[in-house]
Amino acid sequence: MIVRISGEDQYRLADEDMPRLNELDNAVVAACDGGDEQAFAESFATLLDYVRSHGTRVGDDELEGSDLILPPADLTLAEAASEFTGEGLIPD
Amino acid sequence: MAGLTGRMSTVVKAKVSKLLDRAEDPAETLDYSYQKQVEQLQNVKKGIADVVTAKKRLQMQEKSLQQSVVKLDTQARQSLSAGNEELARTALERKNVAQTELQGLDTQVNELEDQQQKLTDSEQKLRAKIEAFRTKKEVIKAQYSAAEAQVRISEAATGVGEQMADVGLAMQRAVDKTENMKARASAVSELEEAGTFDDITQLGSGEDDIDRQLKQLSSQPEVDDELAKMKSELGQGGAGGAAQIASGEPGQPSESGQA
Repeated sequence: MIVRISGEDQYRLADEDMPRLNELDNAVVAACDGGDEQAFAESFATLLDYVRSHGTRVGDDELEGSDLILPPADLTLAEAASEFTGEGLIPD
Repeated sequence: MAGLTGRMSTVVKAKVSKLLDRAEDPAETLDYSYQKQVEQLQNVKKGIADVVTAKKRLQMQEKSLQQSVVKLDTQARQSLSAGNEELARTALERKNVAQTELQGLDTQVNELEDQQQKLTDSEQKLRAKIEAFRTKKEVIKAQYSAAEAQVRISEAATGVGEQMADVGLAMQRAVDKTENMKARASAVSELEEAGTFDDITQLGSGEDDIDRQLKQLSSQPEVDDELAKMKSELGQGGAGGAAQIASGEPGQPSESGQA
Protein backbone atom coordinates (compact mmCIF):
# COMPACT_ATOMS: atom_id res chain seq x y z
CA MET A 1 0.00 0.00 0.00
CA ILE A 2 1.48 3.36 -1.03
CA VAL A 3 0.42 6.49 0.80
CA ARG A 4 1.40 9.97 -0.31
CA ILE A 5 1.61 12.94 2.00
CA SER A 6 0.95 15.81 -0.32
CA GLY A 7 3.88 18.22 -0.52
CA GLU A 8 6.19 15.64 1.05
CA ASP A 9 6.77 12.06 -0.04
CA GLN A 10 5.22 8.72 -0.85
CA TYR A 11 5.49 5.96 1.76
CA ARG A 12 5.08 2.19 1.54
CA LEU A 13 2.94 0.85 4.35
CA ALA A 14 2.09 -2.72 5.26
CA ASP A 15 -1.52 -3.86 4.95
CA GLU A 16 -1.57 -4.43 8.71
CA ASP A 17 -1.09 -0.71 9.20
CA MET A 18 -4.31 0.12 7.39
CA PRO A 19 -6.88 -0.41 10.16
CA ARG A 20 -4.98 1.95 12.46
CA LEU A 21 -4.61 4.49 9.64
CA ASN A 22 -8.33 4.33 9.06
CA GLU A 23 -9.01 5.00 12.74
CA LEU A 24 -6.69 7.99 12.72
CA ASP A 25 -8.35 9.31 9.58
CA ASN A 26 -11.77 8.99 11.18
CA ALA A 27 -10.52 10.96 14.18
CA VAL A 28 -9.43 13.78 11.87
CA VAL A 29 -12.80 13.82 10.16
CA ALA A 30 -14.58 13.90 13.52
CA ALA A 31 -12.46 16.85 14.67
CA CYS A 32 -13.08 18.56 11.36
CA ASP A 33 -16.85 18.07 11.60
CA GLY A 34 -16.79 19.36 15.17
CA GLY A 35 -14.97 22.50 14.03
CA ASP A 36 -12.43 22.06 16.80
CA GLU A 37 -9.21 23.72 15.58
CA GLN A 38 -6.91 22.20 18.19
CA ALA A 39 -8.35 18.69 18.00
CA PHE A 40 -8.05 18.90 14.23
CA ALA A 41 -4.40 20.00 14.31
CA GLU A 42 -3.48 17.29 16.81
CA SER A 43 -5.31 14.42 15.15
CA PHE A 44 -4.04 15.41 11.71
CA ALA A 45 -0.43 15.59 12.96
CA THR A 46 -0.86 12.14 14.57
CA LEU A 47 -2.12 10.70 11.29
CA LEU A 48 0.82 12.10 9.32
CA ASP A 49 3.35 11.00 11.95
CA TYR A 50 1.96 7.49 11.81
CA VAL A 51 2.56 7.35 8.06
CA ARG A 52 6.05 8.82 8.35
CA SER A 53 7.11 6.50 11.17
CA HIS A 54 5.50 3.26 9.94
CA GLY A 55 6.16 3.69 6.24
CA THR A 56 9.26 3.38 4.08
CA ARG A 57 9.91 6.30 1.78
CA VAL A 58 9.41 5.58 -1.92
CA GLY A 59 12.40 6.68 -4.01
CA ASP A 60 12.10 9.84 -6.10
CA ASP A 61 12.93 7.85 -9.22
CA GLU A 62 10.24 5.22 -8.67
CA LEU A 63 7.13 5.72 -10.74
CA GLU A 64 4.34 4.45 -8.53
CA GLY A 65 0.82 5.73 -8.16
CA SER A 66 -0.45 6.09 -4.59
CA ASP A 67 -3.35 4.15 -3.15
CA LEU A 68 -4.06 7.00 -0.75
CA ILE A 69 -3.19 10.67 -0.75
CA LEU A 70 -3.10 12.73 2.42
CA PRO A 71 -3.38 16.53 2.35
CA PRO A 72 -0.32 18.69 3.10
CA ALA A 73 0.87 19.03 6.70
CA ASP A 74 0.08 22.75 6.89
CA LEU A 75 -3.56 22.18 6.01
CA THR A 76 -5.89 24.47 7.95
CA LEU A 77 -9.23 23.46 9.38
CA ALA A 78 -10.94 25.82 6.93
CA GLU A 79 -9.19 24.14 4.00
CA ALA A 80 -10.01 20.68 5.33
CA ALA A 81 -13.63 21.63 5.68
CA SER A 82 -13.93 22.80 2.10
CA GLU A 83 -13.31 20.70 -0.99
CA PHE A 84 -9.99 20.73 -2.75
CA THR A 85 -11.29 22.49 -5.80
CA GLY A 86 -8.06 23.92 -7.12
CA GLU A 87 -7.07 23.09 -10.67
CA GLY A 88 -3.37 22.94 -9.97
CA LEU A 89 -1.00 22.11 -12.77
CA ILE A 90 -3.37 19.79 -14.53
CA PRO A 91 -6.46 21.71 -15.59
CA ASP A 92 -9.86 20.23 -14.83
CA MET B 1 -11.19 4.81 2.99
CA ALA B 2 -13.57 7.70 3.24
CA GLY B 3 -12.84 10.96 4.98
CA LEU B 4 -10.03 13.35 4.31
CA THR B 5 -7.72 10.87 2.59
CA GLY B 6 -10.45 9.52 0.37
CA ARG B 7 -11.51 12.95 -0.77
CA MET B 8 -7.97 14.05 -1.52
CA SER B 9 -7.21 10.82 -3.38
CA THR B 10 -10.30 11.22 -5.53
CA VAL B 11 -9.37 14.74 -6.57
CA VAL B 12 -5.82 13.81 -7.54
CA LYS B 13 -6.84 10.60 -9.32
CA ALA B 14 -9.40 12.51 -11.35
CA LYS B 15 -6.70 14.94 -12.47
CA VAL B 16 -4.31 12.14 -13.39
CA SER B 17 -6.92 10.18 -15.32
CA LYS B 18 -7.84 13.29 -17.31
CA LEU B 19 -4.21 13.66 -18.21
CA LEU B 20 -4.02 10.05 -19.42
CA ASP B 21 -7.29 10.16 -21.33
CA ARG B 22 -5.93 12.69 -23.76
CA ALA B 23 -4.15 10.17 -25.92
CA GLU B 24 -5.26 6.70 -27.01
CA ASP B 25 -2.20 5.45 -28.87
CA PRO B 26 0.71 4.28 -26.64
CA ALA B 27 3.43 6.12 -28.54
CA GLU B 28 1.33 9.27 -28.53
CA THR B 29 0.68 8.90 -24.81
CA LEU B 30 4.40 8.60 -24.16
CA ASP B 31 5.28 11.67 -26.14
CA TYR B 32 2.36 13.68 -24.87
CA SER B 33 3.10 12.78 -21.25
CA TYR B 34 6.76 13.57 -21.49
CA GLN B 35 6.20 16.86 -23.29
CA LYS B 36 3.59 17.79 -20.69
CA GLN B 37 5.95 16.94 -17.84
CA VAL B 38 8.74 19.11 -19.19
CA GLU B 39 6.29 21.99 -19.65
CA GLN B 40 5.09 21.65 -16.07
CA LEU B 41 8.61 21.69 -14.77
CA GLN B 42 8.98 25.10 -16.41
CA ASN B 43 5.76 26.21 -14.73
CA VAL B 44 7.12 25.17 -11.36
CA LYS B 45 10.28 27.18 -11.97
CA LYS B 46 8.14 30.18 -12.85
CA GLY B 47 6.08 29.62 -9.71
CA ILE B 48 9.22 29.66 -7.58
CA ALA B 49 10.37 32.86 -9.29
CA ASP B 50 7.00 34.48 -8.47
CA VAL B 51 7.34 33.58 -4.82
CA VAL B 52 10.86 35.03 -4.74
CA THR B 53 9.60 38.25 -6.36
CA ALA B 54 6.80 38.56 -3.82
CA LYS B 55 9.28 38.00 -1.01
CA LYS B 56 11.62 40.69 -2.32
CA ARG B 57 8.75 43.14 -2.58
CA LEU B 58 7.84 42.54 1.05
CA GLN B 59 11.46 42.89 2.10
CA MET B 60 11.66 46.27 0.38
CA GLN B 61 8.51 47.35 2.14
CA GLU B 62 10.04 46.22 5.42
CA LYS B 63 13.07 48.39 4.78
CA SER B 64 11.01 51.46 4.04
CA LEU B 65 8.87 50.90 7.14
CA GLN B 66 12.01 50.60 9.26
CA GLN B 67 13.11 53.98 7.94
CA SER B 68 9.68 55.41 8.74
CA VAL B 69 9.93 54.19 12.32
CA VAL B 70 13.27 55.96 12.82
CA LYS B 71 12.01 59.11 11.15
CA LEU B 72 8.75 59.25 13.11
CA ASP B 73 10.61 58.74 16.35
CA THR B 74 12.85 61.68 15.53
CA GLN B 75 9.86 63.78 14.55
CA ALA B 76 8.10 62.95 17.80
CA ARG B 77 11.14 64.10 19.78
CA GLN B 78 11.42 67.28 17.76
CA SER B 79 7.76 68.06 18.28
CA LEU B 80 8.00 67.42 21.98
CA SER B 81 11.12 69.60 22.29
CA ALA B 82 9.23 72.33 20.50
CA GLY B 83 6.42 71.93 22.99
CA ASN B 84 3.87 70.49 20.57
CA GLU B 85 2.63 67.41 22.37
CA GLU B 86 -0.30 66.83 20.06
CA LEU B 87 2.00 66.53 17.07
CA ALA B 88 4.36 64.28 19.01
CA ARG B 89 1.43 62.01 19.81
CA THR B 90 0.42 61.82 16.15
CA ALA B 91 3.97 60.88 15.15
CA LEU B 92 4.09 58.19 17.83
CA GLU B 93 0.73 56.82 16.72
CA ARG B 94 2.10 56.47 13.22
CA LYS B 95 5.27 54.90 14.54
CA ASN B 96 3.16 52.42 16.47
CA VAL B 97 1.22 51.46 13.34
CA ALA B 98 4.45 51.10 11.35
CA GLN B 99 5.92 48.83 14.01
CA THR B 100 2.85 46.62 14.05
CA GLU B 101 2.98 46.37 10.27
CA LEU B 102 6.66 45.48 10.47
CA GLN B 103 5.89 42.51 12.68
CA GLY B 104 3.21 41.35 10.25
CA LEU B 105 5.61 41.68 7.32
CA ASP B 106 8.23 39.68 9.12
CA THR B 107 5.80 36.78 9.57
CA GLN B 108 4.85 36.98 5.89
CA VAL B 109 8.44 36.99 4.69
CA ASN B 110 9.11 33.87 6.77
CA GLU B 111 6.02 32.21 5.34
CA LEU B 112 7.11 32.92 1.79
CA GLU B 113 10.58 31.63 2.60
CA ASP B 114 8.90 28.42 3.70
CA GLN B 115 6.81 28.22 0.51
CA GLN B 116 9.90 28.79 -1.60
CA GLN B 117 11.70 25.93 0.12
CA LYS B 118 8.74 23.57 -0.31
CA LEU B 119 8.39 24.39 -3.99
CA THR B 120 12.10 23.93 -4.56
CA ASP B 121 11.92 20.49 -2.93
CA SER B 122 8.88 19.61 -5.03
CA GLU B 123 10.61 20.74 -8.18
CA GLN B 124 13.55 18.45 -7.45
CA LYS B 125 11.24 15.49 -6.83
CA LEU B 126 9.31 16.15 -10.02
CA ARG B 127 12.56 16.45 -11.96
CA ALA B 128 13.69 13.04 -10.63
CA LYS B 129 10.36 11.45 -11.61
CA ILE B 130 10.49 12.94 -15.08
CA GLU B 131 14.00 11.65 -15.56
CA ALA B 132 12.84 8.18 -14.44
CA PHE B 133 9.95 8.43 -16.87
CA ARG B 134 12.26 9.34 -19.72
CA THR B 135 14.37 6.24 -19.08
CA LYS B 136 11.32 4.02 -18.71
CA LYS B 137 9.83 5.41 -21.90
CA GLU B 138 12.75 4.07 -23.92
CA VAL B 139 12.58 0.69 -22.21
CA ILE B 140 8.86 0.42 -22.94
CA LYS B 141 9.34 1.35 -26.57
CA ALA B 142 12.09 -1.24 -27.03
CA GLN B 143 10.76 -4.17 -25.05
CA TYR B 144 7.00 -4.37 -24.98
CA SER B 145 4.24 -5.21 -27.41
CA ALA B 146 1.63 -2.52 -27.99
CA ALA B 147 -0.91 -4.06 -25.63
CA GLU B 148 1.60 -4.54 -22.85
CA ALA B 149 3.11 -1.14 -23.43
CA GLN B 150 -0.25 0.48 -22.78
CA VAL B 151 -0.33 -0.95 -19.26
CA ARG B 152 3.27 -0.02 -18.47
CA ILE B 153 2.81 3.47 -19.81
CA SER B 154 -0.28 3.94 -17.76
CA GLU B 155 1.59 2.91 -14.61
CA ALA B 156 4.56 5.13 -15.33
CA ALA B 157 2.43 8.09 -16.34
CA THR B 158 0.33 7.73 -13.21
CA GLY B 159 3.49 7.92 -11.10
CA VAL B 160 4.60 11.15 -12.76
CA GLY B 161 1.10 12.53 -13.13
CA GLU B 162 0.50 12.24 -9.42
CA GLN B 163 3.72 14.08 -8.67
CA MET B 164 2.67 16.79 -11.11
CA ALA B 165 -0.74 17.10 -9.50
CA ASP B 166 0.96 17.35 -6.13
CA VAL B 167 3.35 20.07 -7.22
CA GLY B 168 0.36 21.83 -8.78
CA LEU B 169 -1.45 21.83 -5.47
CA ALA B 170 1.63 23.17 -3.68
CA MET B 171 1.97 25.90 -6.28
CA GLN B 172 -1.61 26.90 -6.03
CA ARG B 173 -1.41 27.21 -2.26
CA ALA B 174 1.73 29.32 -2.66
CA VAL B 175 -0.01 31.57 -5.18
CA ASP B 176 -3.06 31.96 -2.90
CA LYS B 177 -0.82 32.99 -0.02
CA THR B 178 1.14 35.40 -2.19
CA GLU B 179 -2.07 36.99 -3.50
CA ASN B 180 -3.37 37.55 0.02
CA MET B 181 -0.09 39.15 0.98
CA LYS B 182 -0.05 41.36 -2.10
CA ALA B 183 -3.48 42.71 -1.28
CA ARG B 184 -2.48 43.45 2.27
CA ALA B 185 0.86 44.95 1.25
CA SER B 186 -0.77 47.40 -1.15
CA ALA B 187 -3.30 48.42 1.51
CA VAL B 188 -0.42 49.17 3.86
CA SER B 189 1.48 51.23 1.34
CA GLU B 190 -1.64 53.23 0.51
CA LEU B 191 -2.09 54.05 4.14
CA GLU B 192 1.59 54.78 4.44
CA GLU B 193 1.62 57.12 1.47
CA ALA B 194 -1.45 58.96 2.68
CA GLY B 195 0.03 59.24 6.12
CA THR B 196 3.49 60.37 5.14
CA PHE B 197 4.48 63.77 6.27
CA ASP B 198 7.87 65.04 5.21
CA ASP B 199 7.45 68.31 6.98
CA ILE B 200 5.77 67.70 10.26
CA THR B 201 4.95 71.38 10.77
CA GLN B 202 2.61 71.19 7.79
CA LEU B 203 0.33 69.00 9.81
CA GLY B 204 -2.28 71.21 11.33
CA SER B 205 -3.98 70.50 14.58
CA GLY B 206 -7.09 69.38 12.70
CA GLU B 207 -7.51 65.67 12.39
CA ASP B 208 -7.98 64.18 8.97
CA ASP B 209 -9.34 60.76 8.13
CA ILE B 210 -5.92 59.21 8.11
CA ASP B 211 -5.27 60.38 11.63
CA ARG B 212 -8.53 58.97 12.84
CA GLN B 213 -7.76 55.65 11.17
CA LEU B 214 -4.31 55.61 12.65
CA LYS B 215 -5.67 56.26 16.10
CA GLN B 216 -7.92 53.27 15.75
CA LEU B 217 -5.10 51.10 14.48
CA SER B 218 -2.47 52.06 16.99
CA SER B 219 -2.54 50.83 20.51
CA GLN B 220 -3.38 53.86 22.68
CA PRO B 221 -1.75 52.68 25.95
CA GLU B 222 1.51 51.98 24.12
CA VAL B 223 1.48 55.45 22.60
CA ASP B 224 0.75 56.99 26.02
CA ASP B 225 3.62 55.07 27.58
CA GLU B 226 6.06 56.02 24.88
CA LEU B 227 5.05 59.65 25.04
CA ALA B 228 5.54 59.68 28.82
CA LYS B 229 8.93 57.99 28.43
CA MET B 230 10.01 60.45 25.77
CA LYS B 231 8.91 63.34 27.97
CA SER B 232 10.95 62.14 30.89
CA GLU B 233 13.97 61.61 28.62
CA LEU B 234 13.60 65.14 27.39
CA GLY B 235 13.27 66.28 30.98
CA GLN B 236 9.70 67.41 30.58
CA GLY B 237 6.85 66.70 32.91
CA GLY B 238 6.98 65.51 36.50
CA ALA B 239 9.91 63.57 37.88
CA GLY B 240 12.29 63.72 34.88
CA GLY B 241 15.55 65.68 35.10
CA ALA B 242 14.20 69.20 34.54
CA ALA B 243 17.69 70.60 34.01
CA GLN B 244 18.13 68.88 30.66
CA ILE B 245 15.55 70.92 28.83
CA ALA B 246 17.38 74.18 29.42
CA SER B 247 20.47 72.97 27.61
CA GLY B 248 18.62 71.58 24.60
CA GLU B 249 18.07 73.93 21.70
CA PRO B 250 14.46 73.89 20.57
CA GLY B 251 13.91 72.00 17.36
CA GLN B 252 17.12 69.96 17.66
CA PRO B 253 16.65 66.22 17.87
CA SER B 254 17.69 64.65 21.08
CA GLU B 255 21.03 62.84 20.95
CA SER B 256 19.56 59.85 22.69
CA GLY B 257 16.93 59.55 19.98
CA GLN B 258 16.65 56.96 17.22
CA ALA B 259 15.32 53.94 18.98
